[in-house]
Amino acid sequence: MSNTTSTGLNASRRAALKAGVGLLGTAMLPWGATAMAAESYPAIGTYPAGTAGDTVFVGITVPRTGTYAVPGEDLLKGYQLAIEHLNSGDALIKMISPHTTKGVLGKKVINGVADSAAKPNEAVQNGSRFISENKASVITGCVSSAEAVALNKLADRERVIYLPGISGSNDTTGKDCARYSFRECFYGQTAAAAIAPVIIKALGSNKKVAYLTPDYTYGHTVHQSMEEFTKAAGWTTVTNQVCPLGSPDYSSFLLNIANSGADVFININFGNDAVNSIKQANQFGILQKQTLVVPYNTPFLARDVGPDLMAGVFAATDFWWTLEDRFPIAKAFVTSFEAKYNYKPEWGAMTGYMQLAMWADAVERAKSFYPPEIIKAYEAGVTLNSPVGEVKFRPEDHQLIRPVIILRGKKKADMKNKDDYYDVLEVVPGAGVMQKPDAFGCKLGSVT
Amino acid sequence: MLSWPNFLSQFFNGLALGALLALISSGLTIIYGTLGVLNLAHGAMFMLGGYAGFVVFQATGSFALAVLGGSLFMVVVGVVVERVIIRHFYSRPDEDQILVTFGIGIVLVELVRLGFGSNSIQIPPPSWAMGVTSLGFLIYPTYRIVVLGIAAVALLALYLVLYRTRLGLIVRAGIEDSGMVDILGINVNQVFMLVFGIGAMAAGFAGIINAPVVALTPDSGDTILVETFVVVVIGGVGSFPGAVLGGLISGEILSLTSMVNPSYSEVMLFAVMTLVLMLRPQGLLGQRGRA
Repeated sequence: MSNTTSTGLNASRRAALKAGVGLLGTAMLPWGATAMAAESYPAIGTYPAGTAGDTVFVGITVPRTGTYAVPGEDLLKGYQLAIEHLNSGDALIKMISPHTTKGVLGKKVINGVADSAAKPNEAVQNGSRFISENKASVITGCVSSAEAVALNKLADRERVIYLPGISGSNDTTGKDCARYSFRECFYGQTAAAAIAPVIIKALGSNKKVAYLTPDYTYGHTVHQSMEEFTKAAGWTTVTNQVCPLGSPDYSSFLLNIANSGADVFININFGNDAVNSIKQANQFGILQKQTLVVPYNTPFLARDVGPDLMAGVFAATDFWWTLEDRFPIAKAFVTSFEAKYNYKPEWGAMTGYMQLAMWADAVERAKSFYPPEIIKAYEAGVTLNSPVGEVKFRPEDHQLIRPVIILRGKKKADMKNKDDYYDVLEVVPGAGVMQKPDAFGCKLGSVT
Repeated sequence: MLSWPNFLSQFFNGLALGALLALISSGLTIIYGTLGVLNLAHGAMFMLGGYAGFVVFQATGSFALAVLGGSLFMVVVGVVVERVIIRHFYSRPDEDQILVTFGIGIVLVELVRLGFGSNSIQIPPPSWAMGVTSLGFLIYPTYRIVVLGIAAVALLALYLVLYRTRLGLIVRAGIEDSGMVDILGINVNQVFMLVFGIGAMAAGFAGIINAPVVALTPDSGDTILVETFVVVVIGGVGSFPGAVLGGLISGEILSLTSMVNPSYSEVMLFAVMTLVLMLRPQGLLGQRGRA
């Protein structure tokens, strides 16, 4: 980047000398310690310009419009709560990032929010703007893996840490993995590996399956993984209906599924697409004949579709609020989130919160905002606490090893309160459901 | 998925999709034909109609009143937009017209977002049209069959207005040559205002009757706008029968292609449009030089 030399330490020293002792006394002294630490590292990405003052900037790019707007808003709230907790030194964030006191390395966390509409080009524009205009130290957010993959490439090119939000494609930490990117949520392969034994046990062998698959990296990889893990039990695909992202009307796809003679209907759609397609599948009488399986559960699905349609539906998810009965951090998180936003957090919010908490932890352990040191801290694979138990990053592909939660929709009569949509069937440990780190072609680039 | 039952199902579904597309496109094509303005806010008006219907439905609980109230609201919106903004653009270059209607579209979408948020909303179908109907060869949602009927009736009504009334005569004359209509002493301005109102109503009306089928979001007009443009180009710009034919053809393309390869259904729509533009640039029922 062209601005690295002008913002390097030598330049700032010259500027400081020119500005005189007064300026030094008032402006430079409070962060003398940071300046000292910076001396040993060369400029890279937005470092050290981004953290030269008493703040550190987090660039948040999430879809706030379009088919993925609803999970986008939930994710955003997770980020905002994490930033508030970092700045106040809340007890909850310290459970995940034990070295946190207030802020990150004593700097106040500030942020900017931009709408990506789940479009990769807009996401990259948002990210680039945060980097060039705000000297962002970290970029985070996405609800589509197409965004995640595009931002992964931006992160490696610009040498700025990127933390995907919601991204279920195998590719994000597979063939499109990035040295500067770290994913919290699980993905197609792990979802399939975790949910397949449960649905095979519940529904039996030799089933005919109809898939409804959104036409981009996430949809295709989840579909492939689901086929792979159900094949052994004799499950066969009778139709795979590939539909465009953001389809308003699924009638033609659903008619094919209705006429396919399938026993099981695996719907891979996400966001509003999941809500619309399930409601429409019901209109076409599909849900009465075929068992619905949702391998990658979208936030608010049960609320938006209603318990009548979700009863008995199998779904894999990252977090469900009733995990508060099992994990103290989950309880603290749900309580804290609900107090601020007045609803139970969905998994997007948890992912957002965790991503920034784990970033803060990596920076605190690195004792510097120098990105290569932060990456080293991430790659150390330190075990951290989380609302879903202990987790840690895999250094080979920067994927968090974390459990997959298997849910089954409750009948309306069995719900204990208005948010009690699911039974948690299993918390499947992450390590056992992950492929070998290089199985999806991940080759991490260089740090510098 | 090639089988007779599935083919019949998809063919019927194509009709249902096509009738709705025809209805929305007719508004776009009448406005363009008469006023010469390419209304890029048409998708937003489709969406706004749906939300207006939703508000009336919430207040009254009646689907019929939602359709009526929402449609009337859209006439008013159309007339106001025409009087306040569009009429200043009749003599401006095409680019200005495109930009201003595009801008109106953005403002409408964002206003709705401001008021209702980005979450999807849905109007339930009237109770008598809930559930599924078995047509022998297929199971089809009852309400979608009703939509097919409503769209057909609405198109017939539009046809009667355009071809059997004095207003229709003037509108059709305006499509042919609005300058001459003006010279003949007819108040073209008033007609333009009415036409814009009717066009907005057609879009809004379609938005309401479609709301029980497809959940509404502030962005739901985007896809519709693109599809209606394809319909109008295939059918012939400015031609009402063209919009109907184009709509039905587009519905069938979307539905039948999905039988062979679902991921190509939208691509096929554009492929056919390209083919029409190459072989018959004025569209199937359009007239050369009119647009």
